[in-house]
Amino acid sequence: MDMTRLLSISLGAILVNNFILVQFLGICPFMGVSKKMDTAVGMGFAVIFVMGLASALCYPVNLLLVKLDLEYMQTVAFILVIASLVQFVEMFLKKSMPSLYEALGVYLPLITTNCAVLGAVLLNVQENYNFIESVVYGITGGVGFLLAIVLFASIRERLQFSEPPKAFRGFPIALVTAGLMALSFMGFSGLKVW
Amino acid sequence: MNILYAVLVLGATASVFGLILAIASKVFEVKADPRLDMIKDFLPGANCGGCGFPGCDACAAAIVEGRAPVNACPSCTGQQTTRIAAVMGVEVQGVERRVAFVRCNGGNRAGHKFEKYVGLEDCLAATKLSGNGHLDCSFGCLGLGSCVKVCKFDAMHINSRGVAEVDRDKCTHCMQCATVCPRHIIVDMPYNESILIPCANKDKGAIAKANCSVSCIGCGLCERTCPNHAIVVKNNVARIDYDKCTACGKCVAKCPRKLLINIHDDGRVAPVVLKRLTDAPEEM
Repeated sequence: MDMTRLLSISLGAILVNNFILVQFLGICPFMGVSKKMDTAVGMGFAVIFVMGLASALCYPVNLLLVKLDLEYMQTVAFILVIASLVQFVEMFLKKSMPSLYEALGVYLPLITTNCAVLGAVLLNVQENYNFIESVVYGITGGVGFLLAIVLFASIRERLQFSEPPKAFRGFPIALVTAGLMALSFMGFSGLKVW
Repeated sequence: MNILYAVLVLGATASVFGLILAIASKVFEVKADPRLDMIKDFLPGANCGGCGFPGCDACAAAIVEGRAPVNACPSCTGQQTTRIAAVMGVEVQGVERRVAFVRCNGGNRAGHKFEKYVGLEDCLAATKLSGNGHLDCSFGCLGLGSCVKVCKFDAMHINSRGVAEVDRDKCTHCMQCATVCPRHIIVDMPYNESILIPCANKDKGAIAKANCSVSCIGCGLCERTCPNHAIVVKNNVARIDYDKCTACGKCVAKCPRKLLINIHDDGRVAPVVLKRLTDAPEEM
């Protein structure tokens, strides 16, 4: 396995092609659960968890689809896989790791229909990643999500104490902030590892 | 042919996943206490926080686990509490119903600094004005309705005098009003008691008298009149101890400021308090 390739995939998923700020996937939880730092961290880890698992599980499913000439069914099949996976993980955690279940809380079911997860799986196929590369891409994509949402949540926590004009309070200023963050992440686009 | 494949493959995958989930739901089943849902149904669902737990669900969980008494919910009526107690299989001890009470009856009878207050409709904002609010009295109800906004049970209203007043029948004793009142003049009292001292002015007599026509001047007449020593004047304002009060009404008759109110006199009961406070004779 080529470590350099894995490293460049990771760096690409975390910074250069950050799911939220560059590819604009998974904006809903990004705006929705970024009011507080600890919920943002919880959401971030839930996404890492599910993205990694979904990437691993969707790889064999995709092989099956390719074999049967059914590539056009990818989206439907992957959504099916992700939804059942999340359900299963939720049941498993509730039974065996109640503390983790409590910590992830409502975020786990929220991810079921998160387009960042589906996006990661579809991009795996598009980029022709093999199994290991897929899993790495999934996990590091989640790490990128965590990075973006934590940075955003910390800014929003500080925004609470600032006094923007009345029309900007709440969501408007959060959207402006997200836009500026996306601009700054564009700066990574020139980044090349080797 | 291709369509058939697609349907078959997707159907098969879905069935496999469905089967796995069905098995998993049996294997990983966590038994939730059935009492939890029943108690949740009896709780009001207003999430007022009066019980001290974050929301009604948390309160229900605490009751089931025995961390909270069955009557933990201050907003539940006796019937609901009895039902909760029945679910938990215990008896409810007779608990005295308590309600919120605003220790002020000044409103338009208190001196105002300005002709009209035109600032933010919020008591806290008004107290931030120079000189601590638009009333001469620095203890009185500002009548801007911060408590009205926070009341989830429609039990708090600004009466015709411009003073916040509790509808004792609707009040559930969640005391959210007391937490938002910047004057800290909303207290709790037993529902069945009838003697009210609606004033919280700690100023010395002369100042209190100058600021409001229905202020307590701390003369101590009620304290001396009370046969049960239930009233004590402290910090220039009379407070009543409902454990000792027998509602004889002697203090009400004696008060030179016509401040004390007996809400139960002439045979009427508590609900008329809103009317009575505003009906009390004008002392201008």
